[in-house]
Amino acid sequence: MMSKINFLKPDKRNLNTFLYLGFSLFFISLLDVSLNSFFRVNLTGFLPNFLSFLLPLILGFVGLYFIRIEFSGINKLDLLNKHINTNNFNAVLSLLIIFVIIKSIPPILSWFVVDASFAGDSKDVCTGTGACWTYIKVWMRRFMYGMYPNAEQWRINLSFIALVLLGSVGYFATDKFKKYLTLYYVVIYPLIAFLFIFFFISGGPVFFDFSYGIIAAILSIIIGFFIPNKFKFYYFLLVPIALYIVLKYFIFYEEMIELGKLDGLNWVETGAWGGLSLTFIISFFCLIFCFPIGMAFALGRRSGYPLIRYISIGFIEFWRGVPLITVLFMSAVMFPMFLPEDFFIDKLVRAIIAISLFEAAYVAEVIRGGLQALPRGQYEAAKSLGMGYWKMHIFVILPQALKLVIPGIANTFLALVKDTPLIFVVGLLEIVGMLNLAKTNPEWLGFAMEGYVFAAIIFWIICYAMSKYSYNLEQKYKTDR
Amino acid sequence: MNFKLKDIVPQLITVIAVVLIFGFFTYNAQINMENRGIDFGYGFLSQESSFDVQFSLIEYDGSHSYFRAYLVGLLNTILVSVIGIIIATILGVVVGVARLSPNYLINKFAAFYVEFFRNIPLLLQIFFWYFAALRALPLPQDAEAMFGVFFLTIKGLYVPAFIWENFNIFFYSIVAAIIAIILIRAHAKKVQANQGKQIPVFLISLGLIFALPILSFLIGGVRLSFEIPVLKQLATTSFIYEGGVSLPPELIALTLSLSLYTATFIAECVRAGIQGVGKGQKEAAASIGLTPNQVLKLVIMPQALRIIIPPTTNQYLNLTKNSSLAAAIAYPDLVLVFAGTALMQTGKAIEIVSITMFTYLTLSISISILMNWYNKRIAIQEK
Repeated sequence: MMSKINFLKPDKRNLNTFLYLGFSLFFISLLDVSLNSFFRVNLTGFLPNFLSFLLPLILGFVGLYFIRIEFSGINKLDLLNKHINTNNFNAVLSLLIIFVIIKSIPPILSWFVVDASFAGDSKDVCTGTGACWTYIKVWMRRFMYGMYPNAEQWRINLSFIALVLLGSVGYFATDKFKKYLTLYYVVIYPLIAFLFIFFFISGGPVFFDFSYGIIAAILSIIIGFFIPNKFKFYYFLLVPIALYIVLKYFIFYEEMIELGKLDGLNWVETGAWGGLSLTFIISFFCLIFCFPIGMAFALGRRSGYPLIRYISIGFIEFWRGVPLITVLFMSAVMFPMFLPEDFFIDKLVRAIIAISLFEAAYVAEVIRGGLQALPRGQYEAAKSLGMGYWKMHIFVILPQALKLVIPGIANTFLALVKDTPLIFVVGLLEIVGMLNLAKTNPEWLGFAMEGYVFAAIIFWIICYAMSKYSYNLEQKYKTDR
Repeated sequence: MNFKLKDIVPQLITVIAVVLIFGFFTYNAQINMENRGIDFGYGFLSQESSFDVQFSLIEYDGSHSYFRAYLVGLLNTILVSVIGIIIATILGVVVGVARLSPNYLINKFAAFYVEFFRNIPLLLQIFFWYFAALRALPLPQDAEAMFGVFFLTIKGLYVPAFIWENFNIFFYSIVAAIIAIILIRAHAKKVQANQGKQIPVFLISLGLIFALPILSFLIGGVRLSFEIPVLKQLATTSFIYEGGVSLPPELIALTLSLSLYTATFIAECVRAGIQGVGKGQKEAAASIGLTPNQVLKLVIMPQALRIIIPPTTNQYLNLTKNSSLAAAIAYPDLVLVFAGTALMQTGKAIEIVSITMFTYLTLSISISILMNWYNKRIAIQEK
């Protein structure tokens, strides 16, 4: 059966010979590298240094060359050849990648898990060569909540849980309430979130005049859903004001606050906020603010009025042309000069305003892309129905355009989350800033690597989840049109 | 009349609002500056700066003016951006092509790289390289030489310096080679259009770009020697390398993280561009008898570039703007030198921040004008 074998040209006739030979060479090369990497045994140590180093590559290459037989009739072999072994160049690259993976597993594994220390709560336990996860454990609260007092951290947790629950309302809403969801997410939810952050996380005197109004409005809108249409007019005419009066003069009246019965939670100044929770707070507010601003400027840039158009173009191009760090510099050192002397704005608020304006320019460009992508027929059809500018945009153009740009918007928000660490410029420390602070603590010197890896993992999970989610949204809405 | 009023009123309201906002700001700024005794003006630029910068491309010390400090920062920013753009482009193109490879392992490896580096904030990456990775490098006295001449130490990378004799002749020879290549290309195009003959332009160009500089060495009197860094002891435990060029660790960390981060985005642009060229184009080109290389050069690339260039320009702009993160690791770029140190010394917040922002605006706009020009050149010429 054995016919002549030409080792330079593997063919189908001697399939089995070539397969045995090729696979054994391939596995020998893998075995050599694995042994070298996992057990530090060098099988080919007797050879000259240079040859010993290259031998697995040569063996693997010859092995792969032998098994590269087209249309062998064996499904798996064909698949293997098609995927990693199409030609000599690809074979070498595949081998190199496999070797790199094998070589890098042991050091990574040993640093992350095997030699790492997890137990204890002081630096003394970290004697091994691996990572010191104890450091992360001890500093966890700082990385999550910044300088926020330990005893008060339940407020942050509670607020976030409440906001997540309130935010997930959309999933559970029945058809009857679906049409109010936009109103809820655009107006009510941000207001509730603001109240939570302002009163709960920040603490301090609970009620001031403005907040009675907000609470009265929210309560009356929520109750308003259940009022029959017939009475809605009278309801909205009377109830909010009545609620406001009841709240202000009967339930949370000033004497009660002064008596200390309702003096609220301890005031935690924004300088003490920090860690991952600050990342979330900033991203959340910037997300809420930059969207309407961006939408306004996107419409402005396509406006028929030249002056409005030029102002919008100027605004957008200005913010897109400068780096965020200089914008934050501006908000820190230049902006206070532009305000009346006794007018003080908290630095967190200034940072949020700066980032919102900055991101708004990017959002504007994304939305403009969506507006331009709509066929002209949509505008003309809306106009021919007698719709004015606002009616046309609100009911016809924007719903379609926004659907088109969902992935773009999601990417902008992703960039926003990744930009939040920059607030170190104004002296606010979110997770990366806290890491840098912890790194310089004399008791915990030398654990920079662990900290950065930890933060990188957290950010990676958040950003990767967001990008996958936006990809899913894109796929979902693609079928709609 | 009514129609015109409808046109004017919204514009008027907007303009008045903008003017009011700006007026409010300037008014407050004036009052604030009067109260604090600061006067507005750019005169400080010519004053003596009296601070030092640790890494500078031009001669600079404390006795130079603030304007020169500004130039130092600007040049450092441009240096980082240019190096970053070059590395990011090469890496991005390689990874982008690799993502389209039929080889499963290469494909996944490239995808892993892109997903990994894209989803971690750039600032965190810069900190990682600077504070964690580069700090693990050996001290100068323990460093092992790479190829005998490079020394990668905790204090930076030391590379040999080029010492030229008659550098200008060498420079002119390169310029002459480039001009000759441009002329030959134009000639070859003409010949091909008139007679259908093909001149091996690429080989001739390759020959020229090597031959002329070599000639300049042989007969032009150009000499090139290397100054290899040598370890020198300053004190019992303090060592330093002397001679050669030293690249500070800040620069290395910054270029490394900027290019690794931006390359992921460029890779995605390249992938989208190549995927955007229809399969039929390739098949049609192959069916009229072009070789695979010609298909890539004459059919695929010109079309793919049209898709690739606009988003890639954006990435170049982003890289330039992101280079301002240098301030976080104390690399003396424009933000650190000018908006940091100089602002701290002079207290001229408005002037300095506005100059800095204006500089970045100019940089961004000039890159985008350059790229728009190039983009227009390769765009489809519709007749």
